[in-house]
Parts: sequence; C-alpha cells; structure tokens
Amino acid sequence: MIEQYSWGRIRASKPDHVDFPSCGYSFKQRELPYLANGNLRSYGDEAYNDNGVILNTLCLDHFIHFDRANGVLELESGVLLEQVLNLIVPCGWFLPVTPGTKYITVGGAIANDVHGKNHHKVGSFGCFVESFTILRSDGVIYECSRESNSHYFYATIGGMGLTGIILRVKLNLLAINNHAIVTKAYKFKNLEHYMELNAELEGQSTYTVAWIDCLASGRSLGRGIYYTGEHAGYLEKLPPITSNKRSFPFTPAKSLINGLTLKAFNTLYYHRPLTKLSQIVHYDPFFYPLDKLLNWNRIYGSKGFYQYQCVISGANQAEVMREILTRISKSNNGSFLAVLKTFGSIASGGLMSFPRSGIALALDFANKGRITADLFRELDNIVLAAGGAIYAAKDAMQSKEVFEAGYPRLNEFIKYVDPLFSSNLWRRLYGN
Amino acid sequence: MLIRYLVLIYGGAYMGINMQNVIVFGSNSTIAKSVINKLALENCNFYFFAREKKQLELQINDLKVKYPSINVSAEVYDALVDGGKILEDKIGQAFEHLGRVDLVFIAHGNLPHQVTCEDSWQDASAALRVNGLSVIEICHNVARRLKSQRNGTIAVISSVAGERGRQSNYIYGTAKGMINVYLQGLRNALYQHNVHVLTIMPGFVDTKMTIEFKKGLLWAKPEKVANDIIKAINARKNVIYTPWFWRLIMKIIKLIPENKFKKMKL
Repeated sequence: MIEQYSWGRIRASKPDHVDFPSCGYSFKQRELPYLANGNLRSYGDEAYNDNGVILNTLCLDHFIHFDRANGVLELESGVLLEQVLNLIVPCGWFLPVTPGTKYITVGGAIANDVHGKNHHKVGSFGCFVESFTILRSDGVIYECSRESNSHYFYATIGGMGLTGIILRVKLNLLAINNHAIVTKAYKFKNLEHYMELNAELEGQSTYTVAWIDCLASGRSLGRGIYYTGEHAGYLEKLPPITSNKRSFPFTPAKSLINGLTLKAFNTLYYHRPLTKLSQIVHYDPFFYPLDKLLNWNRIYGSKGFYQYQCVISGANQAEVMREILTRISKSNNGSFLAVLKTFGSIASGGLMSFPRSGIALALDFANKGRITADLFRELDNIVLAAGGAIYAAKDAMQSKEVFEAGYPRLNEFIKYVDPLFSSNLWRRLYGN
Repeated sequence: MLIRYLVLIYGGAYMGINMQNVIVFGSNSTIAKSVINKLALENCNFYFFAREKKQLELQINDLKVKYPSINVSAEVYDALVDGGKILEDKIGQAFEHLGRVDLVFIAHGNLPHQVTCEDSWQDASAALRVNGLSVIEICHNVARRLKSQRNGTIAVISSVAGERGRQSNYIYGTAKGMINVYLQGLRNALYQHNVHVLTIMPGFVDTKMTIEFKKGLLWAKPEKVANDIIKAINARKNVIYTPWFWRLIMKIIKLIPENKFKKMKL
C-alpha cells in the first residue's frame, strides 16, 4: 500500500496507485478518480487522492528550451523551482515570482497560482506564464495561453490540479544583475504600526514581507519585523553561496513547538537588535529561509500541523485582521512561523486564484485535534463575515460555505474541471 | 589557509581522474540522471542507452539546455531483448563515436514483483535477464574493448539484495548476486590491464522504482547516492555501499546462521 504525506503530515493519503505520466499517457481506468501532484508541498489535502490514481509529475523534469537573451524558459511541469534557479541565475535571470520554498514544481506553482513577496508590485506566478500544455482525460493535449484555449488557461492557473495534467510550460523570467538581494529590516510595534510602515515602504520596495509575533496581545498585538528587499545592482563582491543544508532527522512524538518555547522564541526574536543599515545577502536565505532545514515540518511531531492562510480585502481589513490576531493570541497556539503580507491588485486572471488585494496572514498550528479545529472554525467565521478567502494549498479544514464565498468564480471553474479528476480537497468542498 | 590548502588538494584529487568520455546504460534511471548531472559539470562527452526513445530525446535536449557546450549522443537499448550481435554493434558504435571511453556506467534495471515471479517463469526469467544477464553481457562486450585501450572504469549499480537471498525479493537478489560475483572476477581479470571495476551497492533509494515502499530512516535520496558513486569512481574504490551504513547492516545480516535466517520473515 502506498502512503503519501503532504507537508502538514496530518494523516497519510492512500492512493490506489501512482503513475509517472509522460505526454503519451492514456487514462485506462475510467472508474477511478485521477489527480496530478508534484513534490507534495501543499499542506492539507489538496494533493491527496485516496483510492484514486496519482499522476506524479516529478519525472516530467526536463528543460525544453532556454532563450538566454530574452529570458524565456520552456520546461516540463515537474521541474523544481530549485532546478530552475540553478539554471537561470548564473545567466542573469530570476523567477519573477517565487513562494517561500523552492522545493515545489513549476506545475504546482501554476496550479496554486503561488505568490511571493513582490505580489504588490507584479502579481502572482500566473502573470508570468506565457503558455502551457495540459493533457486531459479525453486524451487530448491542449495548448493553452491567453489567446488560445484561454478558458483552460485561466481555469488551470490556481486550478488545484483538477483541470488535467500540466505537461509543458513557457515562462517569462526577470532580468537580474547577480544573485544578491539588498535587504533591510524594520520593527513595528503593533498592527497599526504595520499598516503605516507598509503604506510607506511598499511603494518603494520590490519585495516586502513581515514576521509577526502571534502571541503578543494588548497594545503589542500584531507586533513584528518588516523586511524589504531589492535585487542588487552591480557589486564588486558578491555574498557567498551557502549550500549546506541540514535535515530535521526524526519526527518527535510531541510537537516541539508549544506555548512555552514559542513565547520565549518570539520574544527573543522580536527584541533582537536590528541593524539600521541595509544588508546584502544571497537570494537563498532571503527567499527560502526554511529550505535550509529540510523536513522542518517534522518539528510539529507525529500528529502534524495545519497552516491557516487567509486574505482579507476591503476598507476594514485592518480591523478584521486585528480580530483574527486577537483570537489567535488568546488561544495561545500558533507558531513562530507567522507571516503578514499585503497583496496588490494585479491579478493573473486565474478563476480560482487566491491572491487578491488585501492583507494575507499565514500561520502554522501544531495539530491539537479539537482545539485547533474549533479555533479554525472561529477564524473561518471571521473570514467569511469579512468576505475573505482561505488558500487551498494550505487548507485542510475550511467548510464548503467559506470556500464558495471566497471563490466567486467557482461555478465558472467547475465547467473546466476534468470529469475524471478529483482530489480529497475537492470531494470535501464540492462533493463527487 | 590550511583549510584552503586542503580544499585544493581534495579538489585536485576529485578532478584528478579524467572522465571525459562516458557511456551510460539506463541513463533515464533516477540515480543515473543524478550522476549524469554531476558529471556534466565537468564537461564530459556522453553516450546514453535507454529503453524509451522519446525519453532519451528529452534527456539529451535537457542536458543541452543546461550545458550548451556538452556533447551527447544516444541509442535505444532494451535490456530484455537487445543482446548478441545487436548489442555488440551498438556498443561498437558508441566506442567508435567517443574514441576513447573512460567510464562505462551501468544503471538500468527494474524491481520485479517477487510473487508474480514465483507464479510465472516468464516474469522470473525476464527479471533475471534485465537485472542480471544483460548487465553481464554489456560488461563482457565492454571489457574486451577497455582491455585493449588499457584504461577505463566500469561502474555497475548492483544492490544489497544480492548479498543474501530472502523471501521477499530473491529473484531480484539472484540477478544482483550474479552480477556481484561476475564483477569480482572481472575486477580481478582486468586489474593487470589497468581497467577498474566498481560494484555499487545502494540500500533503499527513494526513486520511482520504490514508490510503493514506506520510507524511513534507512532511505537515501538519489543525489546522496550519486555523490557517493562519483567519489568512489574517482577514488577507484572496488565495492561501495551507499549510504555507508549498509556495509554494516549487510555484515550483520550475513552473519546470521542460515538455520536461523530461514525462519525469519525478511
């Protein structure tokens, strides 16, 4: 029996079997549900397909063409962002949008329309996808772009792997001078201060993101550290490439993150002295600080963890976020990994894209069974009332009601879901 | 300063043996791909053999995108059916194309289903052919040529499964055991001709071949295995276990008396 674990490790998925498709793949078993998945970095049940067929894309790992002069890369969908960066950075190009890990596939980046620290300036990953091909269960390979088969194009961007297997992708890249990032850190005392700081800095910074202390309360509610970053100009001396990775070696029975360790850690981290000057760092620690510790998800113990990621739009976004943070702070749960990011208004057009203008919060929670479920339900209610949305790549618990409210183009999307494709998430939120 | 010096020496040793021209059998296997990617950094000329033409074309194209100056050729090879004169000609062509061959890396194989093999001799015999006999036939052809070159290395992926037969996979184990003994002999025979033979004993490796297994502490990533293989080729090792602790595990497993072993569920 095959067992697969998504990043949250809440429970294993047991697909009927796993295939490694290529362009000539034929959907022989018409009675089983199919789902494409990649490197299993989504947190919840999005990449799970119990008793179905998993089409794993990790063997679709070939580059097809790299136009070094114009920064256009054609590749198969199972190539990891890490491999893309290894190829393009030495040639003076970068991913125009990158999430917080480079261990995801290009196909996964499209299927979740991932966003990065520069969302407020350039939009999400889908904005830079020129075209791709998908193989659907009717056996036809569709060339999709904004011009041709555009309905499949927009359904597949953010489409959670439900519209067919993405085979090949054509990406537009970003020109850079070198691998260095100029970064600066600012402390903010609370959520209001964050709003002020963000308003001041987001116009002038390409990359912005904030860490918040999710346990702080009262006047310090939402305190944290705000980071900005820019691709460096010409430098005489480049920051060194550090490639030594460590792996978290085992899964402890209990989560190592609990109220006590978290309080201590957050307080120390918040109060650490920050330099007033900008620092020049390699892109790796700036974009992918967590990738340095492989298998860091094991730190939450054998019961696994959830991530809660929501986005709140509208005029009263700060108030709603305050309510959410108050609720989390009261619960005394949460984790060190808490991220606040203000999105911009540029959209990829993906029917089911998560990023939209507003503030997004992402926060890990060790799995405490009922306690976590109850907390999430409360948070969901706040999100629902505020017209916000939950990110499918992280989700394992939201209700159908919250999902429908968060994705107003759901009915349009459903038309393009492949009739043979489904996932645990899809069955949970939409039925069979 | 001292560290810098040591790095220089180590780096020198690492680059010391010139692996310019390389033939790979089963170039599309996960471990082979990883090894190829590492060798490509040193600008080798490659000649690939793999079963699927389409995949071979993709692989060559991929390498050329990553390393524009690289020289790669390929030929379709199916371990189950290609033998005799056909194989001899294919290998001859590869040698002709590359001129001198520094490394022949044999990495093809599959993981047969033991129970199916017990039910059907056809399956068992196919598994023995693909994982055992075909490897020996390649070595047989290659050895002759390297001998006359008076230079070169043959590196073969075997398996710890070949060290002791056990009920869960003894057909696969038999094929690998056959290779192990053959390579011992070949190493001995080719030593005087300056041709080196490396037997690679991977333990559990996380590849598409082993997707159905639950992964635990003993499992290694293909990149780690590839690193060990390249180091072993350069250091002219005879037999390597990768990761290293498998040498210990297999020592213990081989020490268990047969009378006890036959009662165990392994």
